[in-house]
Amino acid sequence: MFEYAPAPESRDIVDLKPSYGLFINGEWVEPLGEGREKTVNPASEEVLAEVAVASEADVDRAVQAARKAFTVWSAMPGSERAKYLFRIARIIQERSRELAVLESLDNGKPIRESRDVDLPLVAAHFFYYAGWADKLGYAGYGADPRPLGVAGQVIPWNFPLLMLAWKIAPALACGNTVVLKPAETTPLTALAFAEICRQVDLPPGVVNIVTGAGETGAALVNHPDVNKVAFTGSTEVGRQIARSVAGSGKKVTLELGGKAANIVFEDAALDQAVEGIVNGIFFNQGHVCCAGSRLLVQESIATELLEALKRRLGTLRLGDPLDKNTDIGAINSAAQLARIRELSDAGEPEGAERWSPACLLPDKGFWFPPTIFTGVAQSHRIAREEVFGPVLSVLTFRTPAEAVEKANNTPFGLSAGVWTEKGSRILWVASKLRAGVVWANTFNKFDPTSPFGGYKESGYGREGGRHGLEAYLDV
Amino acid sequence: MSERVVVRKTYKLFIGGAFPRSESGRSYVVSSSKGKFLANASKASRKDAREAVAAARKAFPGWSSATAYNRGQILYRVAEMLEGRRSQFVTELVDADGVGVRRAGELVDAAVDRLVWYAGWSDKIGAIRGSANPVAGPYFNLSSTEPTGVVAVVAPEAGPLLGLVSVIAPVIVTGNTCVVVASERAPLPSITLAEVLATSDLPGGVVNILTGSAAEIAPWLAGHMDVNAIDLTGAEPELAVSCEQDAAENLKRVLRPASGKADWITDPGTGRMTAFLETKTVWHPIGI
Repeated sequence: MFEYAPAPESRDIVDLKPSYGLFINGEWVEPLGEGREKTVNPASEEVLAEVAVASEADVDRAVQAARKAFTVWSAMPGSERAKYLFRIARIIQERSRELAVLESLDNGKPIRESRDVDLPLVAAHFFYYAGWADKLGYAGYGADPRPLGVAGQVIPWNFPLLMLAWKIAPALACGNTVVLKPAETTPLTALAFAEICRQVDLPPGVVNIVTGAGETGAALVNHPDVNKVAFTGSTEVGRQIARSVAGSGKKVTLELGGKAANIVFEDAALDQAVEGIVNGIFFNQGHVCCAGSRLLVQESIATELLEALKRRLGTLRLGDPLDKNTDIGAINSAAQLARIRELSDAGEPEGAERWSPACLLPDKGFWFPPTIFTGVAQSHRIAREEVFGPVLSVLTFRTPAEAVEKANNTPFGLSAGVWTEKGSRILWVASKLRAGVVWANTFNKFDPTSPFGGYKESGYGREGGRHGLEAYLDV
Repeated sequence: MSERVVVRKTYKLFIGGAFPRSESGRSYVVSSSKGKFLANASKASRKDAREAVAAARKAFPGWSSATAYNRGQILYRVAEMLEGRRSQFVTELVDADGVGVRRAGELVDAAVDRLVWYAGWSDKIGAIRGSANPVAGPYFNLSSTEPTGVVAVVAPEAGPLLGLVSVIAPVIVTGNTCVVVASERAPLPSITLAEVLATSDLPGGVVNILTGSAAEIAPWLAGHMDVNAIDLTGAEPELAVSCEQDAAENLKRVLRPASGKADWITDPGTGRMTAFLETKTVWHPIGI
C-alpha cells in the first residue's frame, strides 16, 4: 500500500463556544441545576465544550414550552409549517461543511462520511418531510389526521444530526412540537441545530433541545405531559422505556439494536460483496444499529472470500477523522471502547480466531482496529450480542435454508444483507428474513423516502417515507 | 313415552387444531345470563397457554407464506361455515349473552359479514400499506407488509361471538397466528367457533382458543418470549397495564384497550390489521 499525504479538513470553520446552555422556548437558558458535562473529541480526548445537564425541572420547562407552542404550531396551515422545514433544509445545505466538521469532531466519524453521508441525508430528510406537511390528508390516515402533541425524543451518538433529522422532521411536519435530548457524548450538532431554528425564525418552543445523560432522558420520556416518545438506542433502554410508558397512553416508537446477517452465496460477485461487507461493518466504525456484524458465507467460497476481505482490510486507513483519506475514525467514547474490548476479548476464549490488519493506533483518543473473528459458532457472545464496533463475526453455511435459519437465529431483526447474482434467490431469501430492511447486493443505504425500522427486539415503528408519518399522527 | 334426553356438548380448549381438555384438569361453571347452568368450560393453565403458543409458532411459517388469495378464501370459508351454523349460534348467544333471538341473529349476521369483509383484505392490505419508494439513487426500493408473528389476543368480555370474530379475523388474515383468551363470562360460543374454524380448511394452530381466567392466563402470554405481539382489547385496565409492562421484555407490539364501550357493529377500519404488521424494505441496485 502506498502512503497518503495527510489531507485534513480545516476545523476553523467551526465556531465553538466554551459552554452551552439549554435551548428552551427559542432562547438559550442556563440550567436550573448545577450539572455540567464536558464533551470531548474522541480522536484526541481534547475537551470541545461544556454542556448543561438538564434536570427534571429543566425538562419540565422545555415540555411546558413545547406544550404552549403546540397550540400555535398545530393550528398553522400545513403549507406554512412546510416552509419552515424547507428553510431548515436549505440552511443545513448552506452550513453542511461546518456541520460535517462539527459532527466529526464530536463523534469521531471520518469527515468523508459526515460530509458525504450524514449531512446530505439530514438535509434531504427535512426537505422530504417538509413536502408532507400540507399533504397529510393524502397519506392514507384519513382526511384530516391530527398531530399527537408534544413529542419527547431521545437519540443516540452514532449519527447525531441524522437521528435528530429523523426525529424532528416528521414530528414537525405532522404538527407536533418537540423536546429532543441528544446523546451526552455528541450534543454539539444538536445545539448547532438549535441555532438554525433561530435562523429560520421557527416559532419559539416548537423545538427544544435539552442536553444530559440517561436521567435527563428518563425525565423526558416519563414526563406526564409528553404525548409521544421516540427513542433510538440500545434494546436495553428501549425495554425500560416500553415498560415505563405502560398505562400512560403515550404513543411509542423504538429503533433499537441489531445483529444483522450479511449472507454471501457462492455465485455472488465477489469483489462487490467484499466492498459490501466492509461497508456493512466498518462504516462509521461499526457504530451502526443495522451493521452487518455477522457475515454468513457459503462454505464453498469461504476461504477465497476471507482472503479477499483481509486483503481489502489491509488498505483501510485508520486515523484522524478530519483527514479526507480516513476510512476508520475514532470510537465514540471510552465507555464504548471498553464495551467493544470486553466483547471481543470473549471471542477467543469461546473458540473463535481473531484477526486484524497491521494497523497503528494513535496514542491519544479512543481507537479499535478493524477486527474479524472466524470459526464463530452461533452460541458465541460475538455472534449473539451487539458489539457496536468494527468487529465482524464470520460463520459459514451450506444451503440457503441453513443461511436463513442462522440469519434469523437472533432476538434482533433490524436489517440483513444478501449477495447473489440469482434474482429469484434474492427474493426468496429476502422474504424469509425476519428483518425490517434487507439490502440485496448493497448495504447500509438510507433514504428519507424509504421506511426503516425493525422486527422483534429491534423495536417497533418505522422512520422514513409515508410510513414515518404514522408515528406522529393520532391514528 | 319419556322425552328424549339431549346429548350435551363437552366444551374443551382448541389448540393446534385439536380439542384437548386443560392439562390442569380444571374446569369452571358457565351459567346463562339468567343464572342457569350451561356447561363446564375448561379452565386453561399456564401450561396450556404455552402449548398454544408452541402450536401457533409451528403454524406460522406455513400460514404466513400461504398466498393472500388462499388466506382470503379460507376466511371466506369460515364465514360460510358460520352462516351454516347460524341457528346454533343464535341459541348460544341467547343463552350466553342474555340477548333476544332477534338481536342474537343480528349479531351472528354481523360476525359473518365481518369475516367476509376481512377475507377481502388479505390481498389488498399490502397495496395500501406497501410502497415503491423513490430513493435518490439507482436502487429499486420496495416496502411490503409482513405479519408480525404469534399474536396473543385477550378477547373482549362482551361480544362473545362478534367481538371475538372481530379480534381474530384481522390478526390472521394478514398471516399471523394467534392464541386467544376467550371471554371468561361467556366462553361457550368461542369453542363452538373453534368447531367452525376446524372445518374451514384453516390449518391447525393458526387460531388457538383458551377459555378460563384472562387475569390468570394473559400475564403468561404477555411475558412469553416467543409471542411477538399482544392485543389487550379485552383486558381490564389494571391487567392491561401489567401486561403492557411484561410485554416490554421482548418488545412485543401492544394493542391497548380502547377507551369507552366497544362498538363491534361499526366499520372497524384497518387499525387492527396494521397493529400486527411489519414493514420490510428491500433495496437492490439498478444497473446493466
